[in-house]
Amino acid sequence: MIREERTPQSEKAAPHSGPCIVSEGLGAWYGSLQALRNISMSILAKRVTAVIGPSGCGKSTFIRCLNRMHEVVPAARVSGKVLLDGEDVYAPGVDPVEVRRRVGMVFQKPNPFPTMSVFDNVAAGLKLNGLRAPGGLAERVEKALRQAALWDEVKDKLKQGGAALSGGQQQRLCIARALAVEPEVLLMDEPCSSLDPIATARIEDLVRELCDRYTIVIVTHNMQQAARVSDMTAFFLMGQDRAGELIEYGETQQVFTNPKDERTEAYITGRFG
Amino acid sequence: MPRVDFDRHLHSLQDDLLVLGSMVEKAIAKALDALKRRDLQASRHVVQEDDAIDQQRFQLEEHCIELIATQQPMARDLRTLITILHIAVELERMGDYAEGIGRISLMMGDEPPLKPLIDIPRMAEKATDMLRRSLDALINRDTIAANGVCKDDDEVDALYDQVYRELLTYMIQDPKSIQRATYLLWVSHDLERIADRATNIAERVIYLVTGKLTEINVSKY
Amino acid sequence: MIASARTHARRKATNYIMIALCGLATLAAVGVLLLVVGYTLLQGIAYLNLGFVTQTARPLGEPGGGMRHEIVGTIVLVGLASALGIPVGLLAGTYLSEFGGRVGSVVRLVADVLTGIPSVVVGIFVYVVLVRPMGTFSALSGAVALAIIMLPVVARTTEEMMKLVPQTYREAALALGIPRWRVIVSVVVPGAMVGIVTGSMLALARIAGETAPLIFTALGNRFGFAGLDEPIAALPLQIWRYAVSPYDTWHQQAWAAAFLLVMLVLVISVLVRWLTAWRRG
Repeated sequence: MIREERTPQSEKAAPHSGPCIVSEGLGAWYGSLQALRNISMSILAKRVTAVIGPSGCGKSTFIRCLNRMHEVVPAARVSGKVLLDGEDVYAPGVDPVEVRRRVGMVFQKPNPFPTMSVFDNVAAGLKLNGLRAPGGLAERVEKALRQAALWDEVKDKLKQGGAALSGGQQQRLCIARALAVEPEVLLMDEPCSSLDPIATARIEDLVRELCDRYTIVIVTHNMQQAARVSDMTAFFLMGQDRAGELIEYGETQQVFTNPKDERTEAYITGRFG
Repeated sequence: MPRVDFDRHLHSLQDDLLVLGSMVEKAIAKALDALKRRDLQASRHVVQEDDAIDQQRFQLEEHCIELIATQQPMARDLRTLITILHIAVELERMGDYAEGIGRISLMMGDEPPLKPLIDIPRMAEKATDMLRRSLDALINRDTIAANGVCKDDDEVDALYDQVYRELLTYMIQDPKSIQRATYLLWVSHDLERIADRATNIAERVIYLVTGKLTEINVSKY
Repeated sequence: MIASARTHARRKATNYIMIALCGLATLAAVGVLLLVVGYTLLQGIAYLNLGFVTQTARPLGEPGGGMRHEIVGTIVLVGLASALGIPVGLLAGTYLSEFGGRVGSVVRLVADVLTGIPSVVVGIFVYVVLVRPMGTFSALSGAVALAIIMLPVVARTTEEMMKLVPQTYREAALALGIPRWRVIVSVVVPGAMVGIVTGSMLALARIAGETAPLIFTALGNRFGFAGLDEPIAALPLQIWRYAVSPYDTWHQQAWAAAFLLVMLVLVISVLVRWLTAWRRG
């Protein structure tokens, strides 16, 4: 299988883009247990940012704070600010539903809605949102499926159930579903952990293609994947009291060849613990 | 601490590199000695023993590549492996220069020496010292020592200038001595290149420690 | 250590004995069902014909006749009870599953207690609360009594079925920017639909056979459907009345009606199984 041509990361590093999502002093709790402490970082627009770190360091919690999914868990709360294009998404009066339309999410295990067909799955975000789809639903669905590199494989199966696809296809279906509502940012929580290497490679290629249009934040515990796929890398680590902290954040090639913090070095070279 | 196996490999690689370094050091000393004493047998040995140096380098290279493929080295580990790879190449080239000196010695044959050798052995001593110190800098990950090696190349260059001018004078005064002078010129050129390669090794050591690639010493020739 | 031949033989024997015991127990369980169906069939066979379903009762002494009024009555009662009980149960179950909390725990407890209340008590309760003020026995009060019995069953089944829908689908829908109520309606409920339907059908099958509450509320009516505020006939009621009577023909009719009821429950159960299998496949 040939991996398609994609923009080498070095070419994109030069024109530095502005920030898209900025967290300022972000803290997150599950009840009385603090999961994140004082996370301040600027995620750049139209770049892929990888979030790495050992288990339990708060990576998933962090991205769930970016689209206000953290508060779905009972007794969860957040402090600090998350600025999406300059506006705080946690300001009073901001509707979380609106935030989630602009910041989409793809989960670890592919989860296409089981009672809906492929078409309905991709259209779910549009139909159930009450969003008027200019140009018709079918067009939007096709566009999303093409962006997710899935159109050719499912164009004859649009009425079939989502569960009939392979694991890798299902995950691309979930990506198409997220893209159909045309978000600004796409959050991906370990999207390849349940996939085989070939499906993983296809999704990684897809991520590189998508970052021309979308800002992507990808959580992964696979360091080689983070190194392959991202422009910027953030390293999180659990502090003394088990609250996650941001240790280092920089350009991927620098973090993986010459990290500034020795804890980052220890983690990256596998000499942790 | 995890990756015990990988660390063991890295240590054995570094040891192998030092073995290669000492092989090259011995070859340089032997070639110079054979040249001084006009010992053709010894010169022949130097030429033959270069094969062993080449073998050692290829083994090192293969080992490095294998580790890169199977261990996914990152950050410092990656720089270490790349550095070892480069230094192995530099050492093998130095071994080739020592072999070159041996060949020149054989070509000179039974001809009487043009002049007593003074500056050329001093160049050899300096170059060998630089080689030894650059490898010590590697063992100790010492950037200050590495910088010192790079500075010393100026001395070797100065000696080379001197030898060159002296031999040129001989050649102008007596055209019949041109062949013998040329041989000695080649020997001093080889020694100057050996010193240069030693500074390359030192630059690589600095890269390993700091992650920065810099050209510290630009050769005049 | 490999067991000796004797231990092996003993294990084999124990195995066979236990299998045999399990088999006998299964036979006993199935056998009871077959006995019930078979016995009611045999005893009521004389009256099991089309006429039984289409004709009304004939005066004593005359052969033939049927239980059309009673069948219609049961359909009306069960239908009305479902119309009252299922929507409320669905909403309660949805609240319990999706919103929970301390209020939810209290509601759950109340529902569980309600399931355990004897149906005759429910009947008396509705008598006091509805029949007395209305001044008459009625189909409405019968339906209300049946609905009260049905309600906690539907609520708890709905809750359990909705809880079975994995949280990941809710999260995926929420992450698309779909409002919560829409998530529940368009993602969770369809996912639990088969379970909810089967739960409702089982509740339905149960109330179709309830007799005690109807005694105090619907009363029974030999003259057919006369309006929701009038007494109404019902199969289980009539079975009981005929069974305690001294007349043989009435006994036979009671058997036939009993067979009908058993068949109703059987058909519903088979339908439930088929639905579940169809969804899974």
